[in-house]
Amino acid sequence: MADELYRLTLHAAARGLRDGTFSSVELTESLLDRIESVDGRTGAYLTVTADLALEQAADADARRASGQDGPLLGLPIALKDVLSTAGVQTTCASRILEGFIPPYDATAVTHLKNAGAVTLGKTNMDEFAMGSSNEHSGYKPARNPWHLDKVPGGSSGGSAAAVAADECLAALGSDTGGSVRQPAALCGCVGLKPTYGRISRFGLIAFASSLDQIGVLTKDVTDAALLLGALAGHDPRDSTSAEEPVPDYAGELNGDIGGLRIGVAPEYFGEGLDPQVGDSVRAAIDDLLGLGATEREISLPHTEYALPTYYVIAPSEASANLARYNGVKYGLSDPQAIDVDEMMARIRGRGFGSEVKRRIMIGTFALSSGYYDAYYVRAQKVRTLIKSDFEAAFQDVDVIAAPVVPSPAFDLGAKLDDPVAMYQSDIMTLPASLAGLPCMSIPCGFVDGLPVGLQLIAPPFAESRLLQAAHAYERARGDLAAPVKAIDA
Amino acid sequence: MSIDRSQVDHAAELARLELSDDERERLRGELGQILQAFEALNTLDTEHIPPTAQVIPLGNVERDDVVAGSLPLDAVLDNAPRVEDGQIRVPPVLDES
Repeated sequence: MADELYRLTLHAAARGLRDGTFSSVELTESLLDRIESVDGRTGAYLTVTADLALEQAADADARRASGQDGPLLGLPIALKDVLSTAGVQTTCASRILEGFIPPYDATAVTHLKNAGAVTLGKTNMDEFAMGSSNEHSGYKPARNPWHLDKVPGGSSGGSAAAVAADECLAALGSDTGGSVRQPAALCGCVGLKPTYGRISRFGLIAFASSLDQIGVLTKDVTDAALLLGALAGHDPRDSTSAEEPVPDYAGELNGDIGGLRIGVAPEYFGEGLDPQVGDSVRAAIDDLLGLGATEREISLPHTEYALPTYYVIAPSEASANLARYNGVKYGLSDPQAIDVDEMMARIRGRGFGSEVKRRIMIGTFALSSGYYDAYYVRAQKVRTLIKSDFEAAFQDVDVIAAPVVPSPAFDLGAKLDDPVAMYQSDIMTLPASLAGLPCMSIPCGFVDGLPVGLQLIAPPFAESRLLQAAHAYERARGDLAAPVKAIDA
Repeated sequence: MSIDRSQVDHAAELARLELSDDERERLRGELGQILQAFEALNTLDTEHIPPTAQVIPLGNVERDDVVAGSLPLDAVLDNAPRVEDGQIRVPPVLDES
């Protein structure tokens, strides 16, 4: 076992550290070796901070030797490159931020560091978190550890690939329209996007501010609960972060979901869903019923409008948020420029990739004079309808169960030239994002040798209930009959 | 919905985004296709529906007007390509004539 420490969950590794079976330095070395041997094939990391990680590990070991303990003390975690890290290059996988070294940490990163976690490096992603396949990284694609010719999903594709390939014990991601849940489903790990406002967004580089939320990618549900507990809470530096108390998410997990009312909406099981994915999700719902939960059919009638609603709102917000990348304060520059408008246009034309340009153009168009009411305001109104659908459904049920993605991981390149087809990969994750709801992806089976996820959605700030249901399912499910990952073959 | 080249040029100018002819032509087609998908929103009656700009029940957030710590100037300017006397230098923004 000593040579495979990198395969541990957070909670199993915490036990090993506590029992003195191994040190954080040994655990961290094991992960750095693993990264060294497989990352050339997965492309999960953009930056590996080996020296920093070993320093943090030694520090964690010293803290433990002095009698300290904590759920994350000494545990190696990866960070999506959308999170600001003091002194460590942060690019959002964009060429326009190449060389950018933030002067401060995101609050989520500060929480991890204070808890004594070890940060291994920055994971690959779609540029500025815009994409569903990680192919829109400005540096390199990440690959699915189960099948290296398949995409890992996106935009947190590097984080999902790193967890699935055992290149970290857990990773942070961000989810704007499904960017944690979708790659978690495609890579067979657990992905949790909490309620909008549950985790501070300070230092999370903005894509669409009314939707962005930090999430976690882990090997099991207990780990997701542990990480959420460390990250959640109000932050004076993010005025949209919630004042809600933070329960002991991991401590509350007891497997009891008797009486839990599960809502199932036919809108999520219609046309476009791979029947085998549907069967796998259906079987997972039946497992939940076997634990004493009850099922109710609900209706979420505006589900089909989530895709156009999202692709108006998110690019509109993005076009404003990305105005700051203009060669003045950081990133790509043009010191010879003599005209300021020309300088900005040239830098942006050179520094942004095709998907980011496409979204800036969509957003600029939707917000421009003459189109603002027809597109942006109308989309905001439909957002109200989508949110109301969920509010009505949660009058009768406690959680909603659905697929995460209509089909398993697709081939690299398959959707690269068809933006609308790529966007459709998000149809089942967008509605909960638009409503700001907490939601998860939990591995529930395999189709054609590739992982499939069960999505659970809960009312605002009901993360405890969400995790309880996910945890109970995970226990009932047991170990899935999984094929050997390509990365381990 | 079809988009003409002048609409692409106008949005690119508003966004301060330099695009090659090829990119403009490709975006013209793609934006048309994407805007076509947005047409679905017009099938709903939203006249009396209020817009949702954000999902949390939150009004203005206030704090006492007290000076708090901030990052050192050097650390903030470290990433700027052109710095002079503690300030960021850019090409002229206003016409000198």
